[in-house]
Amino acid sequence: MKNVIFAGVGGQGVILASKILMEVAMNAGYDVKESEVHGMAQRGGSVDCHVRFGEKVYSPLIERGTADYIVCFELLEIMRKLDFLRPEGKAIINTLQIDPAPVQAGLASYPGDLDQWLRSNVKDVLIVNADPVLSEVKSKRALNIVMLGVLSQFLEFSDDQWTAAIKGMVKEKFVDMNLLAFEKGRALASGQ
Amino acid sequence: MQKKVMLGNEAIARGAYEADCRVAVAYPGTPSTEILETIARDYRNIKAQWSPNEKVALEVVAGSSVAGARSMAAMKHVGLNVAADPLFTFSYTGVNGAMVIINADDPGAWSSQNEQDNRHYARAAKVPMIEPSSPAEAKEFTKIAFDISEQFDRPVIVRITTRIAHSQEIVELGDKKDVPLKDFERNPQKYVMIPAHARPRHRFIEEQMEKLRDYSNKSHLNRIEWGGKKRGIITNGVAYHYVKEVCPDDSILKIGFTWPLPDERIKEFAEAVEELYVVEECDPFIEEHVKALGFKVTGKDIIPLLGELTPEIVDMALNGKKPLNDIPAYTGSVPGRPPALCKGCPHGFVFDILAKLDVVVNGDIGCYTLAVLPPYSAMHSQGCMGASVSMHHGFELARGDEMARNSVAVIGDSTFIHSGITPLIDIVYNKGTGTVIILDNRVTAMTGHQENPATGKTLMGEETHQLDFVALAKAVGVRRVVKIDPKNVEEFERVVREEVAAPEPSVIISTRKCILMK
Repeated sequence: MKNVIFAGVGGQGVILASKILMEVAMNAGYDVKESEVHGMAQRGGSVDCHVRFGEKVYSPLIERGTADYIVCFELLEIMRKLDFLRPEGKAIINTLQIDPAPVQAGLASYPGDLDQWLRSNVKDVLIVNADPVLSEVKSKRALNIVMLGVLSQFLEFSDDQWTAAIKGMVKEKFVDMNLLAFEKGRALASGQ
Repeated sequence: MQKKVMLGNEAIARGAYEADCRVAVAYPGTPSTEILETIARDYRNIKAQWSPNEKVALEVVAGSSVAGARSMAAMKHVGLNVAADPLFTFSYTGVNGAMVIINADDPGAWSSQNEQDNRHYARAAKVPMIEPSSPAEAKEFTKIAFDISEQFDRPVIVRITTRIAHSQEIVELGDKKDVPLKDFERNPQKYVMIPAHARPRHRFIEEQMEKLRDYSNKSHLNRIEWGGKKRGIITNGVAYHYVKEVCPDDSILKIGFTWPLPDERIKEFAEAVEELYVVEECDPFIEEHVKALGFKVTGKDIIPLLGELTPEIVDMALNGKKPLNDIPAYTGSVPGRPPALCKGCPHGFVFDILAKLDVVVNGDIGCYTLAVLPPYSAMHSQGCMGASVSMHHGFELARGDEMARNSVAVIGDSTFIHSGITPLIDIVYNKGTGTVIILDNRVTAMTGHQENPATGKTLMGEETHQLDFVALAKAVGVRRVVKIDPKNVEEFERVVREEVAAPEPSVIISTRKCILMK
């Protein structure tokens, strides 16, 4: 059984990332379940998806303290998810910072020490900067695919399995761009 | 067998298709919206439509059912409040073609104004209710609901919750059944509920519910999974999966047929185990029933009454386990990320002005309810669809001119059509002088951009008549009606000042399309 949480901000493509992972896992013969939140989250709020795959999956929600991977598209959001990580779990975090509404309104400040704190306190943490890749593929919207590329380095599935799922789930005219983003994401993982 | 990963709501749409549902009607509402969207996208042989509100939706479906078609209405939990009137009396008339109501509760109030538990409606309205635990079951249960409806002459409620509506799993696709349209027979004793007809129908439905009690005892929707006999857990909905996850060795009675509850199965189960537990979200609905059967049971004394359940809540309650990792607590402050009006949202211009004028704002249900939060902090009452307009009048009745000259009602286009028109008539009829601002962003935005009677398009994407708010307001007797783009900030502010000051009812139609629309 593998437990993966995708987290980010509304509009970052968190749900599509989880759908692609589900597709890959299902085609590899696993039982899969996922849970997502719609509605208010779309208005720039925090968004997360739980994806679970294995021989037989019951709960669509991951129990706290049992996530194998948390893939976080935005730096601050990981702070709301850390208690889901299992002791040996891996946190994969994009350095991107998006100010939440209270920070934009000057009512709170975005903490400046997160990068350092995470490196010192989370046993297995991989902090990546997806920005150069996004510039290279000329699409900010490919962030979810880049992050999947990073995650893919730690999962058992083959390149072909990922490629097939991505091809089936993104718009045809964006397939090549997304496959490139995925490949660059894989490189990001090993480059650290 | 073809398999597909499906959202719970997509699976329900598929179930309706496989059951040969012919008519599907809804008003959008999280977490139920995708059911009709999926039908409109994938199963276009079904006549599907958005109605102005859930009451209308259920009545349309009742009509199709009586006329002989398998029919389905879908709504969120608070939508069934709006549709409660038809629910209780169409329970008396019963059905011809099947009548299925998909009801989506929202424990945790992820996107709702309350956490009501709609299982109570099944008991109160004397209609059977079934509850799947996952998307794959949601498809199967939806199909079964159509059969039960016709077999027992009852509307049937399928109750899901947010975690079923918005979770995904592998669903096996089946073939579409072919169910011919039933004959429509004129039968006023069944379909016209004058008191003389209603009284015998009441007897009939009580008899049907007795038969359904028996059916529930035998139904495979209620299932005992024997494990150790030390602990037995009765559970339903998504909570079943949490129990399976954290108590794999205990015996489980999974309740899928929620009303009438299977008394005989409960007795069989309760007598066989040493300690009896009920794990259910929301109210102690099953627990109280089990207690009334005379069994000692542990339920809400350890399982929370508030919010939605999670695997760790169940694990902690039943096993005393506190799932943790060893990451130390961060000592800094992590700012929250509440949802907010989008940058450039047309509602934002309006609330900037209302905040500046410091008027009392009676609010309503939609994206714009977010204006209660900073930076606007410009909403002071809100409860249910349409209440902005009626409460606004109540404020005036309570406090007179002092309040009326210093307050407004704000309501979205779709919400106004849903439930704002009758209270506007009320203001005019009862000589109120309030100002109603219709926030017309040309779409039902909150639930993800659905069409409505003012957009000029149907759910199926066809062109249709476009409701004219100006003509409507004038027709109900409002003489002061202004339509204006809120981006003209100075002009808009002047209009608000003028209309609020005017000692007669007024409607300001703030028209600018949602910033997220192309």
